[in-house]
Amino acid sequence: MWHNLAQLPRYRGLIQSLVARELKARYRGSVLGFFWSFVNPLLLLTIYTFVFTKILPGADKNLEPFAVFMFSGLLPWTWFSASLLEGSGSLISGGNLIKKVLFPAEVLPIVSVLANMVHFFLGLLILAAFMIYNQHFPDWGDMIWFPVVVLVQLIFTLGLTLMLAALTVHFRDIRDLLANLITLWFFATPIIYYYKMASVQSFAKFFNYNPFYHFAVSYQELLFFPGPFGHLSWLPVLAAGSIVLFLVGYWIFDRLRDSFAEAV
Amino acid sequence: MSAAIELTHVTKVYRRYGGRHFSTLKSALLRRSILQDLRPSETFPALTDVSFSVAKGSTFGVIGRNGSGKSTALKVIAGITKPTSGTVAVRGRVSALIELGAGFHPEISGRENVFINGIMLGLTKREIEKRFDEIVEFAELAEFIDAPVKTYSSGMYMRLGFSVAIHVDPDVLLVDEVLAVGDEGFTHKCLDKFGEFKRRGKTILLVTHSLGLVERFCDEAVWLDAGRKREQGDPKRVVGAYVTDVERQEEQFLASSEAKLTHDALEPGAQHPAEGPVHVGEGPGDMTTATEGRWGSGGVEISDVAFLGANGQPSHVFHTGEPFTLRFKVRAARPVQDFVFGVGIFNAEGVCVYGTNTDVEEYVADTLSGDAEVSVIVDALDLVEGTYKLDVAVHRRDGAPYDYHRLLYTFRVKSRLKDVGIYRPRHRWEFAGGVKLRLKP
Repeated sequence: MWHNLAQLPRYRGLIQSLVARELKARYRGSVLGFFWSFVNPLLLLTIYTFVFTKILPGADKNLEPFAVFMFSGLLPWTWFSASLLEGSGSLISGGNLIKKVLFPAEVLPIVSVLANMVHFFLGLLILAAFMIYNQHFPDWGDMIWFPVVVLVQLIFTLGLTLMLAALTVHFRDIRDLLANLITLWFFATPIIYYYKMASVQSFAKFFNYNPFYHFAVSYQELLFFPGPFGHLSWLPVLAAGSIVLFLVGYWIFDRLRDSFAEAV
Repeated sequence: MSAAIELTHVTKVYRRYGGRHFSTLKSALLRRSILQDLRPSETFPALTDVSFSVAKGSTFGVIGRNGSGKSTALKVIAGITKPTSGTVAVRGRVSALIELGAGFHPEISGRENVFINGIMLGLTKREIEKRFDEIVEFAELAEFIDAPVKTYSSGMYMRLGFSVAIHVDPDVLLVDEVLAVGDEGFTHKCLDKFGEFKRRGKTILLVTHSLGLVERFCDEAVWLDAGRKREQGDPKRVVGAYVTDVERQEEQFLASSEAKLTHDALEPGAQHPAEGPVHVGEGPGDMTTATEGRWGSGGVEISDVAFLGANGQPSHVFHTGEPFTLRFKVRAARPVQDFVFGVGIFNAEGVCVYGTNTDVEEYVADTLSGDAEVSVIVDALDLVEGTYKLDVAVHRRDGAPYDYHRLLYTFRVKSRLKDVGIYRPRHRWEFAGGVKLRLKP
């Protein structure tokens, strides 16, 4: 395992070009081309903003402007959930490579996660545009923590994706289960609602067990809420947990590695 | 000379998971068998204790039937799968032509795919840039290189895949039956490229069904049979041993299928010996409609049809130009005076290769009573390679059959040469003037 892990940096050229290919291929042949990576989150944002400001109004005054609040949590969530969904099936859809070419299998789920991270970064540009439009800016002093949170989320997502990708080769229905679980998880996480909302306080004690709660709140505190980065104290725990998850995920992946070429 | 590839007691056992091809988490949870389902339940040995080494700079052929473990051996050498036990050592950069263009993405252009495929095969971006023109030129795709790969024909796809793989400039090239793709011209180009590799002292491992290629091209060959090494050494000798074994198996197959065929057709005759029609005496009106069967009035019966080779032993596989004897027994229930023996040989397309009978060859029938034996002796079986079927009949001079066996017997003719047609007339070449040829060694 450690040996294989140490080999990973050698594949960065490969990973880089595959991520580029993934991004190119996704938007080639579509009318709006690369613009889709902006359109998708924008559309989501419009829908949620409409629903929560027009249909179900009465949102907390603290959440103004709502679009900026929601985008701070929605963008990392989209990165996370799309990575899991794509990554878990990546070994099966890339089966040809695993079976016919000498190919480091972990590259495939990693590429899924990284390609979605690029989308996340592009989404941040939209968020920035909204911030400028609404004249609502984060506290710049805390922004040094932003890359750290992104890095921790990357490690967390990679660990989970590697584990799921390896297991999906053997249990094909994981992808279907996952799609449902992710919807559930989304609503269990305070992304479209405020975690300090009165009506969720009775469930708030469960929040701490939801790892993505900590990510969502970290992003919201950094990007939206004024004041200091209060969730900072959770960051070391989150980082440690993510590293453990990554190692466990990679270990499972590594254990099942030899079966991929035969079971895919 | 040092070895470029070395397999030591390699065993590869393929595992099947959970009996079914795909398992589901739902069923695994319901049956509480997650760990079991991740553990192989059935095993299948693809390679068993195979050892061989390939000297650096040599060209090495791997032959064997389908499913004999050739491709598994290649995958093990390429590192795509790990051997269950034993060790594999490969020295130098390896490029495996197993599936061409395996990593191509259909939506993006040939140009981008060349880069990504090259990187997958272990080149750096700069190396690909340097070789790019050469790759495109070799693949003959200059006009289409910027079109998405999904618009390529399968031939174009293969050519591009081959071209990238071969320009990786490996020290060890693994080739799995990829020459079957592409037209004649491209195949020649590939062979030339292999020749160039050989001259430059690279090692080539060739998995192929083309035995001629192995004999011509390889310095050494190994024959795998059901996952085990059967022979290794001089390609001519190994190919010879392999061909002999294939013929033996074919012989068994033909004998058993013929036994089945004649058993089915002769069954009614066996039940009603001598008296009455063997079948209702109706043959097909048109003899060219080639369905096998047996019919006739049954006054005379044919049995024990056998092909004999040079050594007088019954056989079903012969070589072009060898002596060949067709022998069958006849039995007349009552003595008959009006009878003609006839035989016809048909090729696989149903074309009559040769047909004759004792009447057209001006034998006058005298008498036939009781048991008799008839042989047709051919000094040299001058047929090209192929599968042939046989008609045997005994009938009256006016054509009314006593017993007609239609296409019930099969034999195979093998030839070292790939000449075409049906008949191979005895011939030789003569050359005069400013022309010089010599036979291949």
